[in-house]
Amino acid sequence: MRIGVFVCWCGSNIGGVVDVPRVAARAAHLPYVAHSVDYKYTCSEPGQNMIVDAIQKHNLDRVVVASCSPRLHETTFRKTIARAGLNPYLLEMVNIREQCSWVHSKEPDQATAKAIDLVRMAVAKAARLEPLSEGSITVTKKAMVIGGGIAGIQAALDIADAGHKVILVEREPTIGGKMVMLDKTFPTLDCSACISTPKMVAVAQHPNIELLTYAEVTEVSGYIGNFSVTVKQKARYVDHSRCTGCGTCWEKCPQKVSSEFNQHIGIRKAIYIPFPQAVPNKPCIDAANCRRLNGKKCGVCAKVCAAGAINYEQQDEYRQVKVGAIVMATGYDLFDWTQAYGEYGYGKIPNIITGLQFERLVNASGPTGGKITRPSDGKEPQNVVFIKCVGSRDEAKGKAYCSRACCMYTAKHAHQVLEKIPGSRVFVFYMDVRAPGKAYEEFYQRTVNEGARYIRGRVSKISRKGDKLLVKGADTLLGCQVEIEADLVVLATAMVPSRGSREIARTVGFTVDQDGFFQEAHPKLRPVETNTAGIFLAGVCQGPKDIPDTVAQASAAAVKVCALLYKQEIATNPMIAEVNESKCQGCLLCRDVCPFQAIETKTIPNNAHDQAKTQTVAHVNSGLCQGCGCCTSSCRSGAINLKGFSNEQIVSAIKACLCEDNFAELVRKVRKR
Amino acid sequence: MRYAYFPGCCDHTSGREYDISTRALCHALDVELVEIPGWSCCGSTPGHSTSHLLGIALAARNLALVAEMGLDCTASCAACYQRLAMANVEMQNDPRLCEKINWITGKTYHGGVKVKSIVEIIAELNPEQIISRLVKPLENLKIAVYYGCLMVRPKAVQVDDPENPLVMDHLLEAVGAKTVDWGSKTECCGASLAISNDDVVLKLTSKILADAARAGADCIATGCPLCHFNLDMRQKKINQVFGTDYQLPVFYFTQLIGLAIGLTPDNLSFNTHFIDTSKVLELVG
Repeated sequence: MRIGVFVCWCGSNIGGVVDVPRVAARAAHLPYVAHSVDYKYTCSEPGQNMIVDAIQKHNLDRVVVASCSPRLHETTFRKTIARAGLNPYLLEMVNIREQCSWVHSKEPDQATAKAIDLVRMAVAKAARLEPLSEGSITVTKKAMVIGGGIAGIQAALDIADAGHKVILVEREPTIGGKMVMLDKTFPTLDCSACISTPKMVAVAQHPNIELLTYAEVTEVSGYIGNFSVTVKQKARYVDHSRCTGCGTCWEKCPQKVSSEFNQHIGIRKAIYIPFPQAVPNKPCIDAANCRRLNGKKCGVCAKVCAAGAINYEQQDEYRQVKVGAIVMATGYDLFDWTQAYGEYGYGKIPNIITGLQFERLVNASGPTGGKITRPSDGKEPQNVVFIKCVGSRDEAKGKAYCSRACCMYTAKHAHQVLEKIPGSRVFVFYMDVRAPGKAYEEFYQRTVNEGARYIRGRVSKISRKGDKLLVKGADTLLGCQVEIEADLVVLATAMVPSRGSREIARTVGFTVDQDGFFQEAHPKLRPVETNTAGIFLAGVCQGPKDIPDTVAQASAAAVKVCALLYKQEIATNPMIAEVNESKCQGCLLCRDVCPFQAIETKTIPNNAHDQAKTQTVAHVNSGLCQGCGCCTSSCRSGAINLKGFSNEQIVSAIKACLCEDNFAELVRKVRKR
Repeated sequence: MRYAYFPGCCDHTSGREYDISTRALCHALDVELVEIPGWSCCGSTPGHSTSHLLGIALAARNLALVAEMGLDCTASCAACYQRLAMANVEMQNDPRLCEKINWITGKTYHGGVKVKSIVEIIAELNPEQIISRLVKPLENLKIAVYYGCLMVRPKAVQVDDPENPLVMDHLLEAVGAKTVDWGSKTECCGASLAISNDDVVLKLTSKILADAARAGADCIATGCPLCHFNLDMRQKKINQVFGTDYQLPVFYFTQLIGLAIGLTPDNLSFNTHFIDTSKVLELVG
């Protein structure tokens, strides 16, 4: 056995703290080490070439690289040693940067001693490494996108345009999400519906896209390349194959319901399409509010439907589909300020609305036809107060994070008030103005120049004063109290993960962050992947963002899906658990602890001569196993080994850590005391 | 039900109506109040604004006396309640502070006493206990219920939601009154600034009166003697300074509930108010 050790300086990242040449010199004396050097940037091309040359020149058969975290460069160095003809899994990495030099920057001597210990452990483990080979699994060439807002629409269109089949699942009766509710979009002021409805239509017409609206994902099993998804098609009580979308039913329906699409300003009917450009442009019956479905006499829609499309007996239907990749695009909801902001009246004072409600008010297709009026009396407001960061950047009340889009849409709202209501006055209470986007700062300045009064400070109280609202706050720049008599108050409430997002994350099988947003695999370098292979993220479900960022991320997720679907088969990670069936007792404790449902049962003969006698043992599904090692440590009989982290390898590393040198030193220290 | 009762200085002087009506109401509702023997001033705002230790020590001495009685403690005055409850919380959370305070007071107290506002005591009773005694429902009365600062702040000792408290509203609604929805429930009246900055208090208090009048209230109900003092005694001066003509009687909630369950106005000290209370008595009938 001939082990090569390469100790990296990582410029001054490691070399500035750890005595790198000393580490390399000490490693040279370890058992089986045939070659040990240090190098400035081992991951650079000359650095990698040096490793290849050394393997050939010194006839090395194991390689230890002491540098950064394996999460960063393990794949890099595996490829390097493979170039020299070695099995890529005969590499052992030692993290002497994140777990040594960075955390012990003030204690260089101890950092060096720790680096030497870590390298000795890695060499001991490397001596017991076995070559591993990757398996392969076939890929189902179809993707699923969950959520039909702008993120889901963009991802589905991009994947479909690349030639792959896509199933787009949306739980509402129409796709379009929040974007299609908006009036105009910052900073260009182009009409939101004008730019999003063509995309909605494109989805419906695309030959590669199957659109499932009013449907929910209820179960997901399988693994990358081979997911099996159960979709519930909720009963619409309208047969869309017969319906012509003529609109008579919702005209005649006697049951009025508060409109979700119009943010509860305005009404819809119990049989409805959410808005005139909805896709699909055919209605469904809201079962909770339908008179007929609640046992009352009605049935008007069925009577007036010439096509005979109404079917009160329709049931929810479940179907199973197979897909190779899943894109999550479940979007957001607005923080419910009425539960948290008593100082703003808990939602009981009229004429305090959210930004999304303002969008519907100012929208030409909204309940007021685009006229900005007060919900309470329909009067045009003269003094409008905007309050930013309601629920955002305020841990005591809501969320610690910034919702990112509010500064800009509030600037847009302020502009729209000043533009549409001559003589109006606009006051914006803010903590900071965050306008970091292309043409964003300019847009904000334009609003200020148009006359919007920006007041830095928070509003402490809103109370009624006759039919007006008395807004009390602080101007922290002038150091004085401010009181404004407002006709309308608009709150920029925080974006929060959409309702049910934790449940869908659990169903699909990936993690969420502390705020409930979907956890990306790496915040910088893998922003659209999750830690579960084959599941990708697009839009606000991953964290608050505006439309341009959402669209960009959706396209990025689509590219990742395409890269996966273009492959006939994909290589599987060989560092997975393996059951020694002769030792397995079949207790299946491993199945309980496995976070990936990768442990299955298998029946084997327990007597070579009598095939009739059988026993149950654990079996690892190589497609699902992520190599976490939970099963290995839970196995009482030591029947499970994690390849690349076998018990023997780990124990030898521990023994090396507690080797005689250290032991002797320890004894000396104790004696000195 | 027995409680150690801390009347506090105000209740013996400017806020006698509160003490009298609290004792009368509790007696009628079978809540026994045992005045703490040898109680001393809670320190109020001057105490804790002079020194944190002084503020706690003045209250802690009384807590030690209560502990000797083996009862839980209640105070009618909102400031007394807040000082006693805060001292209790701080001493329970900080053993070192507790030792220091015990050294100052010369008494041993390590927590254990529960401190409740009289509002909580009444609100925790079975509603039937009040409703079954109802003889004069306050049906024609519209009340602006005013909580002020101290009963609902800070969080550790708040009696109810600091933004929209409802506990006293519910009590008064239970005896038939209508309470108005208004915005100054927890605005500051200026409190003890009355002594040093009269003009500030006049301004703050006038806003509360204006708001109550605008909401259509016949009277104001409160649970704090200092709020009462500013709203009732200064109302005339406010009318002079701001050219207004408010005639809003200001009551302790205990007086109004007492009236509803048949206690006589004289026993509830209706005759010692600065603003004439007869208008309200007429409305109630």
